Amino acid sequence: MKILTGNDLATGDVIWWTGSGWSRHVEESADVGDKGEEIAQVESAARRVNGPYVIDASKDAAGIRPAHIKDRIRALGPTVRLDLSLKPADPTVGNWVI
Amino acid sequence: MYRYDHFDQAIVDARVDEFRDQTARRLAGAMTEDQFKPLRLKNGLYLQLHAYMLRVAIPYGTLNSRQMRMLGHIARKYDRGYGHFTTRQNIQYNWIKLQDAPDILADLATVEMHAIQTSGESIRNLSSDQYAGAAADEICDPRPWAELVRQATTFHPEFSYLPRKFKIAVTASPEDRVAIRLHDIGLRLVQNDAGELGFEVYIGGGMGRTPFVAPLIRPFLPADNLFSYIEAALRVWNRWARRDNIHKQRIKILVHDMGEEEFRRQVEEEWEAILPNASDVERKELERIAAHFAPPPFETGLSDEIDRSDPDFALWVDQNVAAHKAPGYAIVNISLKPVPGIPGDATADQIDLIADLAEQYSFDDLRTTHAQNLVLPHVRKADLYAVWQKLSAAGLAEPNLDLATDIIACPGLDYCSLANARSIPIAQKIQARFIERGNVNELGELKIKISGCINACGHHHAGHIGILGVDRKGTENYQLLLGGSGAEDASLAKITGPGFDEDGIVDAVEKTTDVYLRERREGERFLDTYRRIGVEPFKEVLYG
Repeated sequence: MKILTGNDLATGDVIWWTGSGWSRHVEESADVGDKGEEIAQVESAARRVNGPYVIDASKDAAGIRPAHIKDRIRALGPTVRLDLSLKPADPTVGNWVI
Repeated sequence: MYRYDHFDQAIVDARVDEFRDQTARRLAGAMTEDQFKPLRLKNGLYLQLHAYMLRVAIPYGTLNSRQMRMLGHIARKYDRGYGHFTTRQNIQYNWIKLQDAPDILADLATVEMHAIQTSGESIRNLSSDQYAGAAADEICDPRPWAELVRQATTFHPEFSYLPRKFKIAVTASPEDRVAIRLHDIGLRLVQNDAGELGFEVYIGGGMGRTPFVAPLIRPFLPADNLFSYIEAALRVWNRWARRDNIHKQRIKILVHDMGEEEFRRQVEEEWEAILPNASDVERKELERIAAHFAPPPFETGLSDEIDRSDPDFALWVDQNVAAHKAPGYAIVNISLKPVPGIPGDATADQIDLIADLAEQYSFDDLRTTHAQNLVLPHVRKADLYAVWQKLSAAGLAEPNLDLATDIIACPGLDYCSLANARSIPIAQKIQARFIERGNVNELGELKIKISGCINACGHHHAGHIGILGVDRKGTENYQLLLGGSGAEDASLAKITGPGFDEDGIVDAVEKTTDVYLRERREGERFLDTYRRIGVEPFKEVLYG
């Protein structure tokens, strides 16, 4: 699947396109198919996202997983500071990245 | 240390106002990101993996306690409670909000700090010897010269749109603690036979994609002609730089392609042409600035004795404390490489504590190092035990300066949008391996440097053991390099062969050190043994 990501313009937070807005949680991403660039242009112009780009991801029972490690780290947080990640209570969450 | 006059303060305050307006316009939609990006970069604000990242300048690595406390305040108020000290003697914050950036710059300006020219195609923060003003081997304090160059090059119109970034380092010691030959321009203060002060001028060094050790372009430049000579060199570069190819724009490429002799000839020719009308170093201004760097009022008659009855303290003294030029004083290195830990990171509380120590024990003077450590430059030997106790209580007394666990590592793929692989976990695993082996001290001086991409922020080219993270078909892979040095015996590390995965690189480093332990002769460091026996014995155990 193709998903759209970028950073919130004002806060810099990593955000993911849900089909109707933006979420900080990759598991809420929508499959943008071939519409990613078009959505990115509209959302950039509306100043809701900075630096949007389309990536490959896979989806299974465990959820949505970006294809490249860089985007998995963006989705989670630094692997060396899991206390600052989006799932600080899960001690195994780092395995999802690697 | 240097204090702003009203001109300096007015310039920095105006810059804050300007950036506040630019940020407001960006947030209001009056500017596109393409228009705004070069403006934010000129104020040290990047967009990284998780948020905006702000890089704050620490000119030539010198701070006072008030400034250090402000760095802690920023970590606490605007970031997530910590900052990261970099290999350019700066600090960067990883979790900055764009909307907060103008307020942060305003806070910094209240303590005479800023983020100007910490990014972009400009002359970056000058680096200098962290032992300046304290080292026994220096011929003078290099920082007045660094400050002069900082002032001369800040917002200089001719140097504001350079082909690429430009890095200058200044030292006044024969022992090179600032890697001058791996800079675009490296300056070493020297005296000629007549006792006159001048500079050895090295031009065209650097790391990154295409590393070079800078050649000596001028063995003695009269100190008063520093500005005009730098200007001449930059003009030659500006004239011929490969602006068509980002990978060939640095001055090191020009020096290499043009050849050392021809580059020197053109710089000298340009220099002679501009010299009659040059705005060179003015003695009065040098004296004004130098007065800010007058030696602190060292006490006399102090004892050089240190009570070493506490073995842990004695170990720390042996490893982290360096000789000072004033009797009864010592230089304290504060390792930011705890085991386990993240190289260069310090919490807001640790930053505050170090500020307190600088104020109480080191004449309100504090330094950052390119090895991502900190220095209290002027501590009475009689106070060392008290300082050590306070550092220990805060997790800041790791006795590992220049040892195998004192690893330089860039933020890598955990934070950086340019990175191809993570650096910090590799540093942590290598630390853990040596701790498990229990041979950190047996290995002696061993400089391990890790970069997460070819841009080499982790200085892997200058590592006795260097590690470069690369992306191999979407997975992290690590190349091993051996034999680099950023010191006065500067050399570039060479790649040993095919790369390794995350665990494999840790094994490879261990095997490499085993070769050293097997082959070393009396008194040899790892680097010495490598240079004597060459790479083949290492390749045999790595790939044989």
